[in-house]
Amino acid sequence: MAGISEIELSRRGLLAGSAATAAIVASPIPAEAAPVPPSPALASLPVSFEVNGTRRELKLDPRTTLLDALREHLRLTGTKKGCDHGQCGACTVMVDGVRINSCLSLAVMHEGDKITTIEGLGTPEKLHPMQAAFVKHDGYQCGYCTPGQICSAVAVLDEIKRGIPSFVQADLTDRPQATNIEMRERMSGNICRCGAYSNIAEAMAEVAGAKA
Amino acid sequence: MKAFTYERAKDPVAAARAAARPGARFIAGGTNLLDLMKIEVETPSHLVDVQDLGFDRIEKTRDGGLRIGALVTNTNLAADERVRRDYGVLTRAIMAGASGQLRNKASTAGNLLQRTRCPYFYDTNMACNKRKPGSGCSAIGGVSRQLGVIGVSDKCIATFPGDMAVAMRVLDAVIETVDANGQQRSIPIVDFHRLWGDRPEIETNLRQGELITAVTLPRPLGGKHLYEKVRDRASYAYALVSVAAVIQSDGTGRVAFGGVAPKPWRVEAAEALLPRGAAAVTARAFQGATPTEDNKFKLPLATRALASVIAQAKA
Repeated sequence: MAGISEIELSRRGLLAGSAATAAIVASPIPAEAAPVPPSPALASLPVSFEVNGTRRELKLDPRTTLLDALREHLRLTGTKKGCDHGQCGACTVMVDGVRINSCLSLAVMHEGDKITTIEGLGTPEKLHPMQAAFVKHDGYQCGYCTPGQICSAVAVLDEIKRGIPSFVQADLTDRPQATNIEMRERMSGNICRCGAYSNIAEAMAEVAGAKA
Repeated sequence: MKAFTYERAKDPVAAARAAARPGARFIAGGTNLLDLMKIEVETPSHLVDVQDLGFDRIEKTRDGGLRIGALVTNTNLAADERVRRDYGVLTRAIMAGASGQLRNKASTAGNLLQRTRCPYFYDTNMACNKRKPGSGCSAIGGVSRQLGVIGVSDKCIATFPGDMAVAMRVLDAVIETVDANGQQRSIPIVDFHRLWGDRPEIETNLRQGELITAVTLPRPLGGKHLYEKVRDRASYAYALVSVAAVIQSDGTGRVAFGGVAPKPWRVEAAEALLPRGAAAVTARAFQGATPTEDNKFKLPLATRALASVIAQAKA
């Protein structure tokens, strides 16, 4: 409909743009805002944290996300950049044992933290039980979301063990169990475009020692 | 992302002083602020990191309530044994929001300050009085299925998107702050978020640099604690309509709605009608509603969601 210009739109822009088509007809597009002058270069800031058991020291532009620090500065490219807006979960890592979206966190805010990425869970020679279960149960197709899925899955089982409640829990004072519905709810922050969800839940169930 | 300078504050008043400067912002979990900075809807020139301020505890108050530190994460607040036992509506509301990863990072104070998810606020090519005062509102006459039906204005029809605050409104939470002069104040949650009126860019009654230190909950209400959230997918989506309720065994109670207005929507005169059923409550709570063609479905949906909550309370 909009012709070739649509090709130039980012995916986010395209989605928002198609949702807003009616509005474009109804009201004229506002005049461009006066261009904001480019930001001056700012000094890099030192930060040091532990990644997969190794102390790392970096000097970073304060805008650098934890995700970009891991991928671009430390070359730990196992952690993936999907949406870069906390919507897809491909960037999931554990910080001090807790899973977060590394794309929505500034690296300089992690001074002294202990970070675990997919590279820190297992190696090709010695897979983490969750990695082995994903292989066994076919918990992926293209594999792009998989490092985030596995980090999240490991953290989810820990959250269940620690008694963190969930939206699908009937009685909030009960201890949660690693049931299929619990794992599906808790994994909702990890999107898989190939649709490997049911196999991911089976892999998690095996590691949890439960039946999916 | 626009460049900014960064500091890690060591005490609350110093943090408030640093954030009182033009262009400065606090950062806690960062899950909403950084998302908006990436698309340059937010362009702070200075960030004041508040993670070292020690507001990460939940304590009993002298009058039998709870004092929740501003930096307590959504996960830790929802998981607290006292909250689960005595303020279940709060645990349920928090766990209905966002994803596990986001809840591990999002803070109590930051969640109260969460900005709208109106698509026109996010799309910098479109007019938005909230993002750019005076530019107009592309949502009015645009695609408005997700947007507000009551308390909105002819300048802005966005909603407050959160879940946690809807439960806090039912619980009559109070927000505690400190400013750059060390002055403390307590703001009842009813007075915290503003209706858009002519100034949709001003979303709360906080002043520049005023720092939230805690949220207090009065003593427990008893009753059944319920949070019903209707959304486009089963998990990890914003509410079309949500209902937070505490319902007593005699059928009286409290109820607030989310996803419908610039703030958690609670009308005390409406909840007094709870024993007469859902339709009586919503007729009063949504009196004067101004829905669009796209979102008028939210009115019957609110009635049905409340009917479901009342039925669960009786079960």
